[in-house]
Amino acid sequence: MILTEQQQAEIAAYKTRYEALKAAGQGQAPRALPPPTSRDGAPIAAGAVVHREIIPGGWYWTTRLNRGEALRLINTSGASCVSLLAWSATDPSERLNHADTIKVQWAASLRKGRVILSDMGRTLLSIIEDTGAGHDTLAGGSTAATNAARYGAGAHRNTRDNFILAAGKLGLDRRDVMPCISFFAPVSVDAEGRFQWLADRRQAGDFVDLRAEMDLLIALSNCPHPLDPSPRYAEDPVEIIRYRAAPAGADDLCRTASAEAIRAFENNAFFFDSSVAG
Amino acid sequence: MTKHSIPSSARIVLDTEIPARAPWSTIVRQGQRLRIVDSHGQQAVDTLFYNASDLQERYSGQDTLRAQGSAYVTTGTRIMSSEGRAMLRVVADTCGLHDTSAGACSCESNTVRFGHGTKYLHACRENFLIEAAKHGLSKRDIVPNLNFFMNVPIDASGNFTVVDGVSKPGDYIEMVAEMDVLCLISNCPQINNPCNGFFPTPVQVVVFEADED
Ligand SMILES: [Zn+2]
Repeated sequence: MILTEQQQAEIAAYKTRYEALKAAGQGQAPRALPPPTSRDGAPIAAGAVVHREIIPGGWYWTTRLNRGEALRLINTSGASCVSLLAWSATDPSERLNHADTIKVQWAASLRKGRVILSDMGRTLLSIIEDTGAGHDTLAGGSTAATNAARYGAGAHRNTRDNFILAAGKLGLDRRDVMPCISFFAPVSVDAEGRFQWLADRRQAGDFVDLRAEMDLLIALSNCPHPLDPSPRYAEDPVEIIRYRAAPAGADDLCRTASAEAIRAFENNAFFFDSSVAG
Repeated sequence: MTKHSIPSSARIVLDTEIPARAPWSTIVRQGQRLRIVDSHGQQAVDTLFYNASDLQERYSGQDTLRAQGSAYVTTGTRIMSSEGRAMLRVVADTCGLHDTSAGACSCESNTVRFGHGTKYLHACRENFLIEAAKHGLSKRDIVPNLNFFMNVPIDASGNFTVVDGVSKPGDYIEMVAEMDVLCLISNCPQINNPCNGFFPTPVQVVVFEADED
């Protein structure tokens, strides 16, 4: 295909802009992400707690999480994995999009300071605390088939079916079940593209705190991750604390960690605040 | 005739060009082969599959990657559904680099990635919505997709980037359908990143019936 000089100039301009965005996005602009939260850090004030729940091993849980509230997921034993789906409570057709989340932030690995995006270019959740266990965005949750392959015959609950149940109880159905993000699932990709499980990163007492940036419906599934090599189906409970969190201020870490996060929060602001020019 | 030409004994069911930036769909029957040809090279082909007899069963990128234990798609990959079943199997691939983690471009995600000034550009999710609607599907049915010929390296620390495509003119990927599938394609119109070499071009799609190689 023969390109005109003008087409070549446009391509060169697009390429220059992309390289600049990439350099900023993969560098530490505008600010470096902080180290993980310590496992005995970030206490929640007793007065801020709205609800506590223990999700037994293999089970699911649903909640509404309003803007300005946060959810702490606690990996009590260190052996659990918690998979998450999220929808806008006012319009569930807007929902978690793991692909946009990782593509936009130039990072398949989620950590403190990152955000979780919807398919509509807005921030659903901010990762405001994280002890650094490692979280999976690529490989998804367990299914009846992955459980059977890993643990053999037996009634092992799985994440796919848990999400269909959770969606049903929220008035949604399997069309609304999208790919998930799994917390406490230390999956990485080696030089050949193969998945690796970094077991050492996950410890008892790990937690992650997710702050809602709009009113949300949340589904969680507490099932072992399909890439977890342990032959034991971990029936370990996880603890959930829903609490009132300070809203994202102008200098909030997650709001300002990247140019992309700034723009995603601007999209939230256009959506919520008619006083903000869109 | 090249060494990659379709066997003369094959029965061609469909052979068409998808214009640059355009949406397209067809049904591929069980046992038929779907070949997608990157006619001019460096063109991302965003693709979704649905079980033709149960459209709620649909492509799952996460199940596809997990089933093969790897972050990329190539020959041998079983393309999996949300119900954990194989929808198609990749039987030939002259390019070697295909992504299924980066999803499709959209007007909305473009504002976040590239600035609010890029909102009013045609995007894959617009293509998918238009084409999905012809089959009674809506935004709820549009999930993160396959990106044939799109080069998205992921490193051990999780860095994730769309970089220059490596497909040459005429490179193709070929799949055998394991069930009747509805195939939706958005021939990606994105000009803000290198998935198309910043210049979208047409692709060719061939559906044919052939004996196993
Ligand atoms: Zn696109």
